[in-house]
Amino acid sequence: MRWNEITYSGWGRALQATGEVARPERVHGLTAAAPVPAFGNRRSYGDACTNDGGRAIDMTRLDRVLSFDAETGLVEAEAGMPIGELARLFAPLGWMPTVMPGTGFATIGGCIAMDVHGKNHHIDGSFGAHVTAIKMIVAGKPKTVTPKNKTLFRATVGGLGQTGMILSATLQMKRCEGTGMEVTEQRAENWDEHIALLASSTAPYTVGWLDATAKGRKLGRGIIEEAVSTAVEPQSSPKGASKSVPFNFPRFTLSKAMVSGFNKAYYLRIRDGGQTRIKPLEEFFFPLDKIHNWNRLYGKNGFHQFQCVLPDASLDALKAMVEKIAKSGLASPLAVLKRLGPDASGMMSFPMQGYTLAVDFRESPKARRLIAELNADTLKAGGRIYFAKDSLATAEQAKAMYPDWATWAAEANKADPEHALETDMTRRLGLRSV
Amino acid sequence: MSETWIILGASSSMARNFVRKLAEEGNSLVLTGRDKDDLARLSADCLARGAASCANFPIDARDANSFTPIIKHAGLTEGMLSCAVFIGSMPDQSEIDADPSLIDGVIADSFTGPARFLQLLAPLMEERGGGTVVGVGSVAGDRGRLGNYVYGAAKAGFATYLSGLRNRMGREGVHVMTVKPGPVDTAMTWGLGKQPFMTTPEGVADDILKGMRKKRNIVYTAGIWRLVMFVIRNIPEPIFKKMSI
Repeated sequence: MRWNEITYSGWGRALQATGEVARPERVHGLTAAAPVPAFGNRRSYGDACTNDGGRAIDMTRLDRVLSFDAETGLVEAEAGMPIGELARLFAPLGWMPTVMPGTGFATIGGCIAMDVHGKNHHIDGSFGAHVTAIKMIVAGKPKTVTPKNKTLFRATVGGLGQTGMILSATLQMKRCEGTGMEVTEQRAENWDEHIALLASSTAPYTVGWLDATAKGRKLGRGIIEEAVSTAVEPQSSPKGASKSVPFNFPRFTLSKAMVSGFNKAYYLRIRDGGQTRIKPLEEFFFPLDKIHNWNRLYGKNGFHQFQCVLPDASLDALKAMVEKIAKSGLASPLAVLKRLGPDASGMMSFPMQGYTLAVDFRESPKARRLIAELNADTLKAGGRIYFAKDSLATAEQAKAMYPDWATWAAEANKADPEHALETDMTRRLGLRSV
Repeated sequence: MSETWIILGASSSMARNFVRKLAEEGNSLVLTGRDKDDLARLSADCLARGAASCANFPIDARDANSFTPIIKHAGLTEGMLSCAVFIGSMPDQSEIDADPSLIDGVIADSFTGPARFLQLLAPLMEERGGGTVVGVGSVAGDRGRLGNYVYGAAKAGFATYLSGLRNRMGREGVHVMTVKPGPVDTAMTWGLGKQPFMTTPEGVADDILKGMRKKRNIVYTAGIWRLVMFVIRNIPEPIFKKMSI
């Protein structure tokens, strides 16, 4: 394998790493190589996918479908396969990945390592619940891990890549009607209405967009999107419509006035009684993927995403956090509110029964201070933050939020006794120091 | 009626992207290469993407005996036959300077091997009166340069061969297209640092398909290389020999 020293980062670009990276195009050779962390399309925002000063393997060129059964919907794909590509290939045949995160560029390996959730978590659980087998290299040896290998499986799903290098995985896909989604959007005028709509939604896919700049009576206003798979052909094809952000945007792009103006316009776009449209699957699941490199909108210093989940009982605390964010004037247009179900497949999985909030902040000392406060608020309210997004939590916070971390660390340390798979994140949070 | 595509050197990343697109169009595929396991993975990928069928054969450009079973298989297929050549090898010029015997291998991989194969396949294609030959050369074949002139010479030989083959097969309805990629973001260029006007394997595959639709004879990818090489080809030799580009 050829190594190339590059400077790279997660999607948020605020934390950079420099180190040697190999990008193999064949599996041959990977098994024999010394273990190092693997990453995919680096759609984690913080430092979960970086190894500053050390080596890492870029898996994106290992992206093939290894088997597909049209009867059962079981598909095996290499770790570097983007989840959106599976949807594109198999939705026309009536199957789509059961769980898809907000970007189709997330790879299978990454989806497992983060035990990602989708807009259907309250019904279908997280990604790991639909993984039937993982082929990986554990302690230098090829190994197939299935849900029957209880401890190792639960340590690998959501395990931040710390139990071994994932080579491929078999997923149970879910039936779909076709490539279209029937999407109903309606306005929620304030926090209480927003929560009530999310709580009462019976749709298979539900998500809330939150105007994180609205204050006072309008606090918590937003748009609820509910969707169901449909056989009706969507009109606009996403193909060829993709755009790219060509360079780092200047600071004023996301200034307070611009953001609140955008949010207002976005909110008012929905008619009073709501509206229903047929959208292409990609447009509903991966709304931002059409704009390549949208992270450049935040300028060259990058940004952070704060995402937490708080239990149902802590709804007031969540509201207070939204109030704090609105008052700070630091939020960007991208804020999401979602109801999560109780299911999580791994020891370090993010989801728990409650509500999850995700907000972007452009990198700045003020934003860092605010996120630090929000992290503390989350812990106090009995919630947790999402490792796929985090770049600023402390070791104490992370360990307190994830009660199973010590069991997990013991399992990871057993699978990787040399600590060769540690990343900037596991070191920062001391996740493997029992 | 589905078309059968024979791919020489199918596991290179450039070929892989092209082959996937052929698979999604429902073509029958004959994949050849040296890494058996990798071919098996690629073939599974193609079948999942909708290829009508997929057969794998080992191939060694330096051993014409390895061509026989592939040609035989091609003879048994029905419908149009097409072929894309992606094989070639590029050792460092400095390695060749140290061991001139490497030249034979480079010429065999990038020129004489593929040429012998196409020479065997040509009558079958002519008989069926259609199909396409895609020959992947390189901008390096447009002018001998300090950094890789043996590789360049092999690719130049292949390009001239393709030009002659086009002249011959065009009369029988077979389209021969020469593809000249500039630097492509593959394992071969990984670690060489930033290259000028670099394209991606997906970009090459798209350009090949577009060229095929338009029945182009020579395709540069990225397209800017047509202009760049026009300039480089026209630098007078007395000046060019002092340059190192």
